[in-house]
This record gives sequence, C-alpha cells and structure tokens, in this order.
Amino acid sequence: MTVTTPRNLEEDSMLYDLTGVTKRYTQGRRTIDALAGIDLRIGGGEFLVIQGSTGSGKTTLLQMLGALDRPTSGSLVYEGRDVAKLGEGDLAELRSHSYGFVFQSFNLIPTLTAQENVETALVPWHVGGEERRRRAAEALEGVGLEGRARHVPSELSGGEQQRVAIARALVREPKVILADEPTGNLDERTRDDIIGLLEELWRERGQTLIVVTHDTWVAGRASRRIWLDAGRLEAPPVDERPGPAASAAPVRELVLQT
Amino acid sequence: MFFTYIYRELRRRHRQALLTALGLAVGVGLVVAVTAYAGGVGDAQDTVLHSLYGVGTDITVSQTQKQSQSGPPQFNMNPGSTSKQGKAFSRDAVRSAPGQQSLSATKVASIKSLDGVAQAVGGLTLTSTHVSGSFAKALSQSSAQPPGSSSSSSSSSSSSSQPAPSASQAPIKVSSFSISGVDVSQTGLGPMSSTELVSGRTFTTSEATTKVAVLDKAYAKQNSYALGDTVTISGAKYTVIGLVTSAAGTSSTSNVYIPLTLAQKMSGNAGKVNQIYVRAASAKDIATVKTEIKTVLPKATVTTAQDLADQVSGSLKSASQLADNLGKWLAIAALVAAFAVASLLTVSAVSRRVREFGTLKALGWKSRRIVGQVLGESVVTGLAGGVIGVIIGVVGAQLIAHFSPVLKATVGQTATAASGPGGAAPPGMQAALGQAAQTVVVHLTAPVSIQLVLLAAGLALLGGILSGAFGGWRASRLRPADALRRVD
Ligand SMILES: Nc1ncnc2c1ncn2[C@@H]1O[C@H](COP(=O)(O)OP(=O)(O)OP(=O)(O)O)[C@@H](O)[C@H]1O
Ligand SMILES: [Mg+2]
Repeated sequence: MTVTTPRNLEEDSMLYDLTGVTKRYTQGRRTIDALAGIDLRIGGGEFLVIQGSTGSGKTTLLQMLGALDRPTSGSLVYEGRDVAKLGEGDLAELRSHSYGFVFQSFNLIPTLTAQENVETALVPWHVGGEERRRRAAEALEGVGLEGRARHVPSELSGGEQQRVAIARALVREPKVILADEPTGNLDERTRDDIIGLLEELWRERGQTLIVVTHDTWVAGRASRRIWLDAGRLEAPPVDERPGPAASAAPVRELVLQT
Repeated sequence: MFFTYIYRELRRRHRQALLTALGLAVGVGLVVAVTAYAGGVGDAQDTVLHSLYGVGTDITVSQTQKQSQSGPPQFNMNPGSTSKQGKAFSRDAVRSAPGQQSLSATKVASIKSLDGVAQAVGGLTLTSTHVSGSFAKALSQSSAQPPGSSSSSSSSSSSSSQPAPSASQAPIKVSSFSISGVDVSQTGLGPMSSTELVSGRTFTTSEATTKVAVLDKAYAKQNSYALGDTVTISGAKYTVIGLVTSAAGTSSTSNVYIPLTLAQKMSGNAGKVNQIYVRAASAKDIATVKTEIKTVLPKATVTTAQDLADQVSGSLKSASQLADNLGKWLAIAALVAAFAVASLLTVSAVSRRVREFGTLKALGWKSRRIVGQVLGESVVTGLAGGVIGVIIGVVGAQLIAHFSPVLKATVGQTATAASGPGGAAPPGMQAALGQAAQTVVVHLTAPVSIQLVLLAAGLALLGGILSGAFGGWRASRLRPADALRRVD
C-alpha cells in the first residue's frame, strides 16, 4: 500500500511489522471485524498519526500495538517478537518495559496524588522507594508540574491531569508512546500545550510517538499519517491530503461525531 | 506503594469500608460473647459438679437398699414401767444413711484393681439422730411414729426420717446431722474431695483411729463449734481440727467428717462402706470403667460425673441450652451475613474500579499484583473489623456477666429418683440432701481467653480474605483492553 512507506527505510530501525492483523469481537451472535487485515510497518522514531471515522478500529489497532490485547489472526511482530504468541505475563512485561500510554480521559488513579500516579508506572519494575520517588519527581518536573505533585487528580485541571499522565508514560523512558485521542477532552489552548509537549519530547528523546486523533491540526504535525476505514488501511481521502483542501475536513468530522 | 495505595483507597470509600468492618465486627463480637457466655456456663456447671461431686472423682459406686429395709431410726421410747414416766431421756442413734446398703470394703480393692482405674476409695455416710426430752405421761405404748414433720434440722441440707412427737407428748427435741467416714490415707479422693478447707487442717494419715473431726463451716457456726472444741458423736468426744465448705462456697455435703474406721465402728459397719469413689486413669476410660464396675457389682448404682451433669436442671440448664442453641446459631448467622455483605461490597467496589485496574494493567501491573492490592484492602478492613469485634465481644461478655441473674442448678429430683432402682443421684449426695434435690447457686462469668481473641481476629481476617479473594478474582479476570473501554 502506498501509505505504509516508512519515513526511515532502514530495516534495522523497524519497530513494528504487522501482517494480516485482524481483530474480531463477538457479541452474542453478532461478530464485528474491528480490524480486517492490517499490513503495517512502523519504524523507530516516527510520529505516526492514525485517523479515521468513529468505529473504524483506531483504538483497537492502538491496543494491538500496545500489547493490551492479541490479534485474532495475523502476526504482529515487535522488535522481532510476535506479540500474538505471548502469554498474559509476557504481555504485561512487554507493556511495562516498552510502552507508555496516554488516554483521552487521562485515566489517573483518582485516590493517588500526581506524584503517586507517576510512581505506579515504576511499580512493575520493583525499583526502591527512594529511587521511585526521585524519578517520578523528575518526570513531573519534565512536564512542568513539580508544584502540583501532592494534588489528587480531582484537584487538577484537565490539561494538568494529561500532563501527569504524560509524565507517567515517560517516567520509564519507553521506546513507544501510544496516545488515544490525548487532546479529545481539552480546549484548543491546552491541546496546543499538550501536543507541543509530546512533540518536544519526541524530538528530544527520539521516541516513537503513535497518536490516534480526529484533530486535523494535531494530524498535521505528524511525520506520517494513516487512515483507517472499517478496519482497513485506506489511502487518505482527497480532501484530507495535505494542501489547500484540508480546511474542509473539520466539517466532515463534526457531522460524523454528532 | 502497596500500603499507600491501600490507605488512599480505603480513605476514599471509608464509609463502605467501615460498614464492612462493622458487619464483620458484629459477627465476630457475637462469636466472642456467645463463646465467652458458653464458657461461663461451662465453668458454672463445673462449679456445680465440683461442689456436689468432688474434684477428681470420676465415678461413684453405691448400692441402693430395697425400700422395705430402709426405715427411720428406731428409738426405744417405751418407758417400760410407769415409774419412768416423766423422766428425762437423751438418746443417740447413728445409722447408715437411709436408702443405702453397705458394701464390703473388699469391693474397694477389687474396683481398684480394674483396668483403667487410677484410684478407688471407700466412704461411709451416716446419719446421727439425737432425741432428748422426757417421756410422755400418758402415751400409747408404741414406738416412735413413722416419718412426719421434722421438728428441727441442723442444716438445710440435713434431714432424715425422724420420730415425730405426737400431740400428746411432752416436748421432745430431735436433731440430726450427717457424718461422713473419711479414709484418712486418701483425703484427695472420697467424701472430702468436694470440700475446701477454710480453717484448721484435714486428717493426717496417722489419724485413722484418732477421735478428730472436720466440720462443715455453716454447721459449726450454727451449733457454735470452733476449732479445738469437742463434738459428741454417739457418746464419744471428737476434737474439731478443721472447717470446710463446699468448693462452690456453699454448705458441704456432710455436716461432720471423721476417720472412716471410727465411723464404721460406731455404726456397727466394721469393714463396710456405702460409697466408693473412683478415679479413672484417663477421662476416655470412664465409660469402660463404668461397665467394668457394673460387672463386678451388678446391683450397684454407678454414677459418672457426666451422668450427674445430665441431671442438672434449673436456670443453669436453661442458660446452657440458650448458649448451645440460640447463641451458637445467632453467631453463625451473623458471621455468614457479615461475610456475604463484605464480599458483596468488595465486589461492587471492584466493579466500580474496572477502568482503574485496566489502566494499571496497561502500565504493566500483573494480575497478581492487582489481586494482592484488593486482598490487602480487604485484609485491613477485616483486621479493623476483628479489633472492633473483639471489643464488642469483650464488652458484651462483661455485660452478660454483669446483668445475668444468679443461676441455680438442681441435681436429683425427688425421693423416688433417689431410692428407685438405679437411683439417679449418688447416695453420698442423697445422704446429705435427704430426699430432696440439692440446689447450688452460681454466679455466671463470661471469660474471654487469649485463644478466643485470636479466634475472633482470625475469623474477621478470614472474612476479609474471603471477600478480598472474591473481589480480586473479579479484578483479575478483566482483560485490559476491555477494561479500558469501559466508560464509567
Ligand atoms: N470489546 C468489544 N466488543 C465488541 N465490539 C467491540 C469491542 N471493542 C470494539 N468493538 C467494536 O469494534 C469497532 C471498532 O472499535 P474502535 O474502538 O477500535 O473504534 P475507534 O476507531 O476507536 O472509534 P472512535 O473514534 O469512536 O474511538 C466498533 O464497531 C466497536 O463497536
Ligand atoms: Mg477510539
């Protein structure tokens, strides 16, 4: 497919190699093919944006890439390991070492402070309490929230909460950051803030950033964009191709979301 | 992190956690209170048996006399000639306690040689009746009348058939008291094992034929006897060397205790006893020993401590039934309900945190760790419930002990039970009781032991673990992808 051409063509830097990945959900007698055969390669250091209409399978694909679930069929090779063949324990291991997640609704633990929320990401690593606290504090500093470390999520603004979530994703310095509509619940200024922060980190650390978004402004900043439609990768719609026609896109999305 | 997380989570849903803990506390508290109460009732029963039966006595053996042979002591009240009319008289009669047939002392030895018998000691229970007064002037020439109203009784527990003065007679004073002949070589077992020395001393082994006596304290007080005084029994003078009460602090079974040899001699029962006290080598042998004795002495009444316990009636018995039936089931029901409520609340708390657990799984937390977290929360709740429960239980037990009325236990019911074949109560008691039942009054306590406290804490902990296991199981079944999709 035309869209799968990675930015970096070197085989060595290839992180993901997906062939014929499908995901089928069964609800009673109804089956839904959320992913209907995806062939995709993602190289290290890419800023990849996944776009598509509601229900097209974006979240499902992101969950496969984040080892939150196994594909129904096909192979999903991450750094030479086929994730489809790993057990629950190995998946958890992989998640804790390689991936950082950022969610649309932040998903912070409501009872824990900002500092403690960041610390939860280090728990699977069994690092000592002191080192854990130090690293979490550093990560919070990195997102500019050192002053709010002792606040619980309900005492923070949406933007601040998402910053905490980013700090939580970054504290382990993962190879890949997976963000599912990270700015979906934020206003425009905060959106610019958060995307700016992610972009900056991506540039500085050379991490791979994979973002699902409906937002054309966010999509415009990516190094590569892919489109999903009914569980398949599609060529970008004519009006979404970079160029003067891009202004029409928001109207279409508004129609789809209501 | 583990404890911080538990603390934060429990603080957030502190109402629910407190409710769970209180539920467990009530269940556990009931268990503590009921167990303490049952323990107290058990102690009370022990006290009763102890005071009636003696410590260390497992079995008593006696032989019931056929009804026809039993009769009131016969006094020769016939003045013989009219010249004696109006003259004063004073007579003593010392007899084997009514209803009892004497056994040869050799039987003691043969019981002692039985398998499983640790010790066997004979005792002789007597009743001394003293009549004094003057011969009636105009009296139908007859012996004393059959049992009627007793004019005087030295102790409430002492009574026997006594000659009743008829209306036409001049005042006649009749008094009686019970005597136990004690084997001085074996004071640990026998008639005196149910007593406690309050002053003076008991017999020494060298006093087999010394005229010394130990008195029931209440009897001594009533008759103004003190240590060192002499008591006249059947015309002989005995020095008072000690005073006793029953183990429960009430009147002991006999009024007077004297060496067995002397008791045998004065009542014409040389080499005879009317009660054998047996101690089994171990508690589990008691039933076997009872059967063995039955073979050696087929006509004898063999009573074990358990037989006696089964006959205890009165408020103590009701209390024990209350503890056994109502209390036990109430505690079990409360505990089961508390466990169920704790499990339900934990499961509901878990299902409200699906997304939270999904997030943690996305961060790479293993299911095991999440289960551990849920379990940890429940265990802390359970422990809190245990502590509150123990407090509730201890306070409850104290309240029961404080407000419960004095309990009464009655052993042996009627004269027919006493003299009928295989009569219920051991004759040693009957002698003391006369033909009435004996009632012992005890104060109920509700002791809370360390083991009970540990049991209670353990139960609450178990409740916590159980509910946590339920909740944890639910949490561990969540697939992270699904959990994260859950909108709540
Ligand atoms: N656990 C599930 N059980 C059944 N069907 C599911 C499940 N998860 C997703 N689906 C279905 O799979 C399809 C793809 O879902 P997915 O969440 O990947 O879409 P999406 O592109 O992320 O949509 P949106 O933009 O609304 O987030 C949808 O039709 C959805 O209803
Ligand atoms: Mg989605």
